[in-house]
Amino acid sequence: MALIERVTRLDQTKAWLGEIPIQSRYTVGIAGERFFREIQEHGRFLGTRCPECDLIYVPPRLYCEACFAHLEEWVEVPTTGYVYTYTVVHQDLDGEPLPEPRLLAFIQLDGTDGGLVHFLGDVEPDQVRLGMRVEAVFKEKAERRGSILDIVHFRPVKG
Amino acid sequence: MSRDRVAIVGAGMTKFVRRAQETPKELAWEAASKALESCEMTLDDIDAVVIGTAPEAFDGVHMKSEYLSDGAGGWGKPVIRGYVGGGTGVFSVIQGWYHVASGLFDTVLVVCEEKMSSCQPHPQGAFLTIFDHTLERPLGPNLLWIFALEMNAYMSRYGLNKRDIALVSVKNKRNAADHPAALLGDPNITVEDVLNSEVLAWPVQRLDVSPISDGAVAIVMAAESVARRVTNKPVWVEGVGWSLDTAYWTNRDLSYPTYVEEAARMAYKMAGITEPRKQIHIAEPYDPFDYKELHHLEGLMLFDKGKAPEATALGITQRDGDLPVCPSGGLLGVGNPIAAAGLMKVAEIFWQLRGEAGDRQVPGQPRRGVAQAWGDLMQVGTVVVLGI
Repeated sequence: MALIERVTRLDQTKAWLGEIPIQSRYTVGIAGERFFREIQEHGRFLGTRCPECDLIYVPPRLYCEACFAHLEEWVEVPTTGYVYTYTVVHQDLDGEPLPEPRLLAFIQLDGTDGGLVHFLGDVEPDQVRLGMRVEAVFKEKAERRGSILDIVHFRPVKG
Repeated sequence: MSRDRVAIVGAGMTKFVRRAQETPKELAWEAASKALESCEMTLDDIDAVVIGTAPEAFDGVHMKSEYLSDGAGGWGKPVIRGYVGGGTGVFSVIQGWYHVASGLFDTVLVVCEEKMSSCQPHPQGAFLTIFDHTLERPLGPNLLWIFALEMNAYMSRYGLNKRDIALVSVKNKRNAADHPAALLGDPNITVEDVLNSEVLAWPVQRLDVSPISDGAVAIVMAAESVARRVTNKPVWVEGVGWSLDTAYWTNRDLSYPTYVEEAARMAYKMAGITEPRKQIHIAEPYDPFDYKELHHLEGLMLFDKGKAPEATALGITQRDGDLPVCPSGGLLGVGNPIAAAGLMKVAEIFWQLRGEAGDRQVPGQPRRGVAQAWGDLMQVGTVVVLGI
């Protein structure tokens, strides 16, 4: 029964193609504005600290999600950290094989209670280890736009 | 059925603006923390969170309430999303109510947020796919078509003209001039301004419509035992109701919102209201369009069918009239960040009944009010009756 009810020939079932025609313009927000301007101008990471909970949020947040305090203490944090977990991506969104596998990792940033999901570079997949020390590589200043893609990737810290 | 009595004990809101720099989370946090502050509570005092937010496409984030949860105080707590389109703001209060009335939680934080300015080129785009994809979408309809057809049906049924209806827009935008969070308050607006504004889809003109807005509103709800401890002015949820009409707008009575009447009957019965016109002192019906306030007042049975325009012309619905309607300034004046706008109406009744509405305070110490919203595919009615 299921076989004859299922559409097996797309051209024999009446249908038309439509789309949901919108775009979104996302502001980076009050805390995000300062974070991304700092990356763009200086290639540095800023975080916000909750003194009550003793947490440092990077990327910075306007409020503490645990106690709801307004966070006003800004701190510069290192652009280094370690690989908390990673994956090796072999296919693109359409299921086509990538020319080269891509390394994607969650980087726990030093001195913070957060981190970033980003690419790993200058390293072969079989060399990556959990806990590996990494550092952010930024685009040249002239090419930076105040976006997460101002960071090219994280790479292993030499030595 | 035995239920715990539930009160609203605190409320807070952001300004409603055309384009917020804040992220949706940041807007939610501002409203939620103001609501907590207003009743001297902290996040630790909150047992569960209800997040109300309308179509995903506005903020441009799928799974929107999950995204909003930390800004709404949901971290580490039971969280649920309320979503019945434009009816969400009032429905989220109903959800908060049954969380507490069931005895499951003592305190609930209800947070509603909408950031429509994210949606480009126009938030209208978010609605283009609500129509039947086979019967209607090939015609290229936009949302205004529905309202224009409905407004025309309402006007024709009762022999109303545009001037009768424009009075609502003037009243609400003038009321909003006294609201510190309002986007479109205007103390000097006239009926001529409305009648001379551009025609969008006749009979709907620019100033018949509420503005696109960004904003958030939050309230704190509590069981009686907690409510009596945290405030000496609890505002009780006396009745709740909601009802859905057919999804086919071709099979609805477009000149009368039956679904609002059904929702109101449910809420009034729970509240023990038998004569709404005598027992309700103040109303915040949903007014995204000026004719909708009239439509909804009739659905709420506060005026006879087709008679709300006459009452408006007589001044009965003015802030100092016999039945103040939208003393906040409504969606037409304060703004219409969808879910947040509905909750703003509940917050307004809360402030009015406590005598805390400042320059907007209606005279006569009202003791009971009704807030109502409308949405989904233009066929849901959500109603909350509050009293002191």
